[in-house]
Amino acid sequence: MSGTLCIDGIAVPFSDGQTIIEAARTAGVYIPYLCHRPGYAPYGSCKLCTVKVNGRTNTACTLPAADGQTVISNSPDLQHDRQRITQMLFVEGNHFCPSCEKSGNCQLQAVAYHQNMLDNHYPHFYAQREMDASHPDILIDHDRCIFCNLCVRASKEKDGKDVFGIAGRGIHKRLVINSPSGKLKDSEISVDDEAAHVCPTGAILVKRSAYLAPIGERIYDGHPISEVACEKAVIKAGEASGYPSCDPTKLAESAQQNGGPDSHYAATMPPAPDIKHGR
Amino acid sequence: MAAKIKIATTSLAGCFGCHMSFLDIDERLLKLADSVEFDRSPLTDIEHCGPCDIGLIEGGVCNSENVHVLREFRANCKILIAVGACAINGGLPALRNFFKLEDCLLEAYQDGIGVDNPQIPSDPELPLLLDKVRPVHEIVKIDYFMPGCPPSADVFWHYLSALIEGRDPTLPYELVHYD
Ligand code: SF4
Ligand code: SF4
Ligand code: FES
Repeated sequence: MSGTLCIDGIAVPFSDGQTIIEAARTAGVYIPYLCHRPGYAPYGSCKLCTVKVNGRTNTACTLPAADGQTVISNSPDLQHDRQRITQMLFVEGNHFCPSCEKSGNCQLQAVAYHQNMLDNHYPHFYAQREMDASHPDILIDHDRCIFCNLCVRASKEKDGKDVFGIAGRGIHKRLVINSPSGKLKDSEISVDDEAAHVCPTGAILVKRSAYLAPIGERIYDGHPISEVACEKAVIKAGEASGYPSCDPTKLAESAQQNGGPDSHYAATMPPAPDIKHGR
Repeated sequence: MAAKIKIATTSLAGCFGCHMSFLDIDERLLKLADSVEFDRSPLTDIEHCGPCDIGLIEGGVCNSENVHVLREFRANCKILIAVGACAINGGLPALRNFFKLEDCLLEAYQDGIGVDNPQIPSDPELPLLLDKVRPVHEIVKIDYFMPGCPPSADVFWHYLSALIEGRDPTLPYELVHYD
């Protein structure tokens, strides 16, 4: 099924099989995400992409796009929740950006910048996690793992190897390596695998690549993640987007008439907020 | 002339890099001097801070003296700002949190390479070390945060000029950096 949905007052077309986050991303509307990656099976763990769809809370990376959906993403409430979620990710790990090789190229950091996160808000866990530097080409600093499962999915689905898994619960949750010793050096991973390059944080790093791009010339130094993540330039409020703006009330009515999956919520859905992308 | 705005600054468990970055506002310091005066800071020789409008805290909390200084700043400053990565998340000094305090002391004063006359310092004048280095917001309420290691001179300028003009300080996207 293809059609049009309405995100923050912008009519966004979608094609068959697209989730809300992918429809938005291809249209140039940025919904923040960390455990999602284009071309990967949805996982829905980080909750950063939480949006209101016809008044109901959903993760945009797992919900299929449907004709007539009214999606609210850029509301002050949702942005606040996203900032708190990101702060939790920071205090549950150990993120000392000034001493991290990934700084400037890090999606977690860039998402935090996007949310104007200036502090970590919560008390720090200072979780004790060991580093695995046993492999000649790849390093794992467990301090920075946010359990997005991308390396697990990459290894299984893209590399056909099954090197990674996530074990345990809560603060004891950890990334485990499928090898006799539990060490990366004894696993099947190779530096050419997608799993070695997919990590959105500085948890999995390729050795001897740290300063190939100097600080100041890294991905997010020049471009905010809202631009980097989207196929088209980000649509800012009031800018010509190439897409017509949509009247959320009309779309909701049509969804209800069509008896769409979310029609029950359509009637009570709030109006689209006044959107202000960027700061 | 209107009374000048009083600013106090201190470095807890930090490297003074944030203070250096503050000085990097260069000739804007002269403009600042028109409207502010310094209470306790490295520029003055004042031991305890008095009633102030703005307190800038660099560094995290690693010992009992840091706790006292931080509480004194909170009690005296109308607006308290956590400055830099160490104040915000413990920063580099917090890397010791992954070791036992005892091991840190032994390494520094007893077993480390090149240690002469090994002994763990013990004197009532010395502040006691906390078992973990903590960010300042875990001890007192903080009003604003200036991220960066250090925050750039422009970040200082943004915050201070906003506060002096009675505005809520906000950072433009380009100035938000954690490194
Ligand atoms: S992984 Fe990203 S957020 Fe974490 S310390 Fe490294 S740069 Fe900072
Ligand atoms: S190591 Fe990286 S890719 Fe793997 S789960 Fe942790 S954060 Fe995600
Ligand atoms: S990106 Fe949707 S839950 Fe993580």
